[in-house]
Amino acid sequence: MSDQIHIKPYLRLSGLEPLIIRPETNFINIGERTNVTGSKKFARLIRENKFEEALAVARQQVESGAQVIDINMDDALLDGVPAMTNFINLIQSEPDIAKVPIMVDSSKFEIIEAGLKCVQGKCIVNSISMKEGEAKFIEQATICQSYGAAVVVMAFDEVGQADTEDRKVEICHRAYKILTEQVGIEPQDIIFDPNIFAVATGLEEHNNYGVDFINATRRIKELMPLTSISGGVSNLSFSFRGNEPVREAMHSVFLYHTIKVGMNMGIVNAGQMVVYDEIEPQLRELCEDVILNRNNENNEATEKLISFAETVKAKGKVEVKNEAWRTASVEERLKHALVNGITDYIDHDTEEARQKYPRPLEVIEGPLMDGMGVVGDLFGAGKMFLPQVVKSARVMKKSVAWLTPFIEEEKKNNPNALNGNVKKILLATVKGDVHDIGKNIVGVVLGCNGYDIVDMGVMVPTDKILDTAEKEKADIIGLSGLITPSLDEMVNVAHEMKRRGMQQPLLIGGATTSRMHTAVKIAPQYDNGVVHVLDASRSVTVAGSLLSEQKSNFLDKTKQEYIKLKTDFENKKVVKDYLAFSDAQANCVKIDWDNFTPTTPQFIGRKVFEDYDLAELRSYIDWKPFFISWELHGSFPDILTDKKVGEEATKLYKDANDLLDKIVNEKWLSAQGVIGFWEAKKTAPDTVEVKNGENNVNLQFLRQQIKKAPGQPNLSLADFIRPAEIDHPTPDHIGSFSVTIKGIETHIKRFEKELDDYNKIMLQALADRFAEAFAECLHGRTRKEFWGYVKNETLSNDQLIKEEYVGIRPAPGYPACPDHTEKYKLFDLLGGEEVTGIHLTESLAMYPASSVCGWYFSHPQSQYFGVGKIQQDQFTDYVTRKEMPTEDMQRWLRPILE
Amino acid sequence: MDIRQELEKRILIIDGAMGTMIQRYKLTEEDYRGERFKDWHLDLKGNNDLLCITRPEIITEIHKQYLDAGADIIETNTFSSTFIAMADYEMQSLAYELNVEAAKCAREAVRQSGKTAWVAGAIGPLNKTLSLSPDVNNPGFRAVTFDEVVDAYYEQVKGLVDGGVDILLVETIFDTLNAKGAIFAIKKFFRDTNTPSLPVMISGTITDASGRTLSGQTLEAFYTSVAHAKPLSIGLNCALGAKEMRPHITELSQIASCYTSAYPNAGLPNAMGEYDEDPADTGHFLEEWAKEGYVNIVGGCCGTTPDHIRHIAEHVKTIQPRKLPVLETSL
Repeated sequence: MSDQIHIKPYLRLSGLEPLIIRPETNFINIGERTNVTGSKKFARLIRENKFEEALAVARQQVESGAQVIDINMDDALLDGVPAMTNFINLIQSEPDIAKVPIMVDSSKFEIIEAGLKCVQGKCIVNSISMKEGEAKFIEQATICQSYGAAVVVMAFDEVGQADTEDRKVEICHRAYKILTEQVGIEPQDIIFDPNIFAVATGLEEHNNYGVDFINATRRIKELMPLTSISGGVSNLSFSFRGNEPVREAMHSVFLYHTIKVGMNMGIVNAGQMVVYDEIEPQLRELCEDVILNRNNENNEATEKLISFAETVKAKGKVEVKNEAWRTASVEERLKHALVNGITDYIDHDTEEARQKYPRPLEVIEGPLMDGMGVVGDLFGAGKMFLPQVVKSARVMKKSVAWLTPFIEEEKKNNPNALNGNVKKILLATVKGDVHDIGKNIVGVVLGCNGYDIVDMGVMVPTDKILDTAEKEKADIIGLSGLITPSLDEMVNVAHEMKRRGMQQPLLIGGATTSRMHTAVKIAPQYDNGVVHVLDASRSVTVAGSLLSEQKSNFLDKTKQEYIKLKTDFENKKVVKDYLAFSDAQANCVKIDWDNFTPTTPQFIGRKVFEDYDLAELRSYIDWKPFFISWELHGSFPDILTDKKVGEEATKLYKDANDLLDKIVNEKWLSAQGVIGFWEAKKTAPDTVEVKNGENNVNLQFLRQQIKKAPGQPNLSLADFIRPAEIDHPTPDHIGSFSVTIKGIETHIKRFEKELDDYNKIMLQALADRFAEAFAECLHGRTRKEFWGYVKNETLSNDQLIKEEYVGIRPAPGYPACPDHTEKYKLFDLLGGEEVTGIHLTESLAMYPASSVCGWYFSHPQSQYFGVGKIQQDQFTDYVTRKEMPTEDMQRWLRPILE
Repeated sequence: MDIRQELEKRILIIDGAMGTMIQRYKLTEEDYRGERFKDWHLDLKGNNDLLCITRPEIITEIHKQYLDAGADIIETNTFSSTFIAMADYEMQSLAYELNVEAAKCAREAVRQSGKTAWVAGAIGPLNKTLSLSPDVNNPGFRAVTFDEVVDAYYEQVKGLVDGGVDILLVETIFDTLNAKGAIFAIKKFFRDTNTPSLPVMISGTITDASGRTLSGQTLEAFYTSVAHAKPLSIGLNCALGAKEMRPHITELSQIASCYTSAYPNAGLPNAMGEYDEDPADTGHFLEEWAKEGYVNIVGGCCGTTPDHIRHIAEHVKTIQPRKLPVLETSL
């Protein structure tokens, strides 16, 4: 049992994160710029409906240190309730703003309540008072309490606003008793605003306002110690409007004295606070006299401050980015630029370093590598995330590019100067595969860690990989692949390496690869080390181990592990029960065809979409896979607020959207799609005959063969097409589609030229998302319009992503129809490469890489599934149906053969 | 008996999954429809709450099984019994009746069991959310308003109270603002009827390893946001299995000024979407939390069965409950 816990009566607020106000918290800055009465700019943005920019004001406040933001929409030209509702709702989708609590500020209670209805966190209401009597006060306080908000209580009663010390204390105490005894509000949830009024107005009766506030604050805190004290500080200096330096000095002096007696929060411009100690002494003295009403007979202090104020030229402070790092040493500056991914000064700093160091290479080996070392350490420790590392790499590349001509020059003069000891890693996507986002990321990350990367690109044949590895004396070879046939290619590379008697270790990575496949299929082919690498961040440690004295130890350990995996795998294989193929066929999906009338599509044959509107497709983007491609795992939009990666994910999301704006507005890419529908009937248990004009095409499908639970069918896609023997007046149909995103190459080349891996990878990832979005969009239109079998469908993007629609669009090569070679038929039906714009590689990968294809099935019972492993009897039958050589078929179906 | 007195003495047991148990009956569309809804124009299979009207004997029997297994608190079968959630079946107008009948099923089970037990009216999270926009292009949009949410919960609370529940349980909270709507409705209901409030239990859901709710709040921010309910207990349920829930329960036990509750799923779903954590395993996890002094109320959520509850009850019965923290009165 743990000791009994003690809980203090602190004021506790929350946005997405908690804010606890303890005595040692000192002073809470409440941001004032999102207040239409306080900020002309904000008022204009709201009036002009520029909510995006208005959000930027809120964000800037939080970034400059506001711990709570005050939101006020009290403007005669605004409809306060919708303005408050809309703005607060928008804030909720901005985690970097929504993390702080909100102060809902209005003189109209209905606007306050509208705000409270939109915030999940614990807010502050600003404000309520006894101005309209006790009954109203209790009613409003009760409502605030039902929303769980803390309340600011103005020192205001039926008589008016309290201006003297005694009135302030008396009204606050009366309000306190009502709130705690009648309404049931906790004392710590009460914040008093004892009214800050303007001083130095020239009217003598105003001169003591500062003192009244300070003394009242002290007494309120003594009388009701759990409560907080707040106020609108800028009122104080109202008579110095337009003279910011004097106003800021007055605020600072006033806070210095009020905080001492217990004021613990205030509405201030968080970006603009001067430090008490840094105020010019003469000005500080004058402010002190005015605020504390000292030496002020006949307005003497006031007049002194006024005349001093005239000498202070408003220097027009410019808000600057934090550039303090610019004053550090060149090494520190390079490190800062690398860690923070800042390219603004990199040429300048690199040049300075080049002049400082005897040889340009030493700049790379010295400060640049040191900086990247820090990046590597932070990444390894989980304190930096992949998008940041890629930005760091961009800085590194730019710096190296600046140095390269000097290095070349030196090389000319002294050819032996460059025999450095940099280890070389060769990377390639294997033959037949066109996907390389993951490989590019690995290249960047390894490059950051000081390795020399030879990136051979995509679709590289085995011989070329191995020839280059020998020629370049690569220390490690890394292979990548995304589609299943690439697995076989990798086995082949390993096999060839053994035959050639090569020595370097082989790394395996990419989406379809796995530790199990590597252990069972690839590792046995090659004796000098095969290691599966899960993701880019692991590649660094693996490469490190392989290029140090730990190598043999590491490889031995990996080998033992893989042998165990392989043994386990082989022992496990027998467990599953399979049906005879004929029994599996008999246990097909039961569909009541006699009572089902299929919908006839709007047209037969194909329809081509050239240059589909990217702006429309953008709304269909599924962001989760995008973040996964950057190794940021989590669901969208939660990931934007994730404790660990949220900040980076949000930046990445913003960068992605900025790039999307360009892609869409400047038409960088074009989307080309084809869909088609044809009459179809099931002519054998796993064969569908498609009528294409005069010709018939036979599609061959595979069937689940594993023994299912009673009542569960052994699925085959053929089951979703009506059997030929059923007599029905309306014919059944099948559809297919392909989409591709073209035009990426020139932009990729440009980014490569600019050494901008970050945007290169970003563009590739976005093109992939566009292809998927296009597929989703056309499928939706097919369901509702072209085929029209669910005309009144209304599904959100989320529901689409969860595949809640009727009918399916499986792609050859994926679990429901794992045979890639059926793609030939699909593309023939759609008109081939010329019409679809897609080229099929020898491994049946699609080029451009951002392409998607698939069949359309419309029957409501059609569903996605995985065929799983099949047995020899089905394989033999399939080979006969496909009319292809057994060996070829074996190669294509290897992943599903036992 | 006042539940607070019992909570001082021992760890109380809350029941396990209702849906998992209903599945065992392999009910057909006709079972769900019963005589009364035989001609309803939409499919009703899967509307588990409706069974309180069409097959009340099944619901009572399940409650009874949990009571026999050792549950002290049973939850009414009303997770979706609001006019908002019932819109899926176009049964909005049945919301009040569903709550009354569900409370009666639970009451009947308690009567049959002959033991002292409390009926908690389950108030679910709704299928629409107040903090998130369903439209990615319009982040300011909301599919439902706060007022609608309050109206829906108000009606549910009225039904549950009229049906005779002892406690109100706002559970599986993934959007704190929805829960604040429920709290608002509860406060309003007892103000309007001028009766003392029933005890309120609150249970949130942490959906991923980052330790945040779906609507993005940290655990402490969540607790702070609902503390004004002055709840009998605060806790976590669903989403994660016991193993993944542990750090969050640890944190909650440190910050909560009220009692704490935890009723996790039976592990995480396997590849087939089924929960397969053994009753003994769940029992061991919760026993460890109890020994650490983290909890006052324990039980199970998705995938748990009377067997799980029996094991949990068995494991924690001799362990002292978490002591309420001392609430200091000065800073």
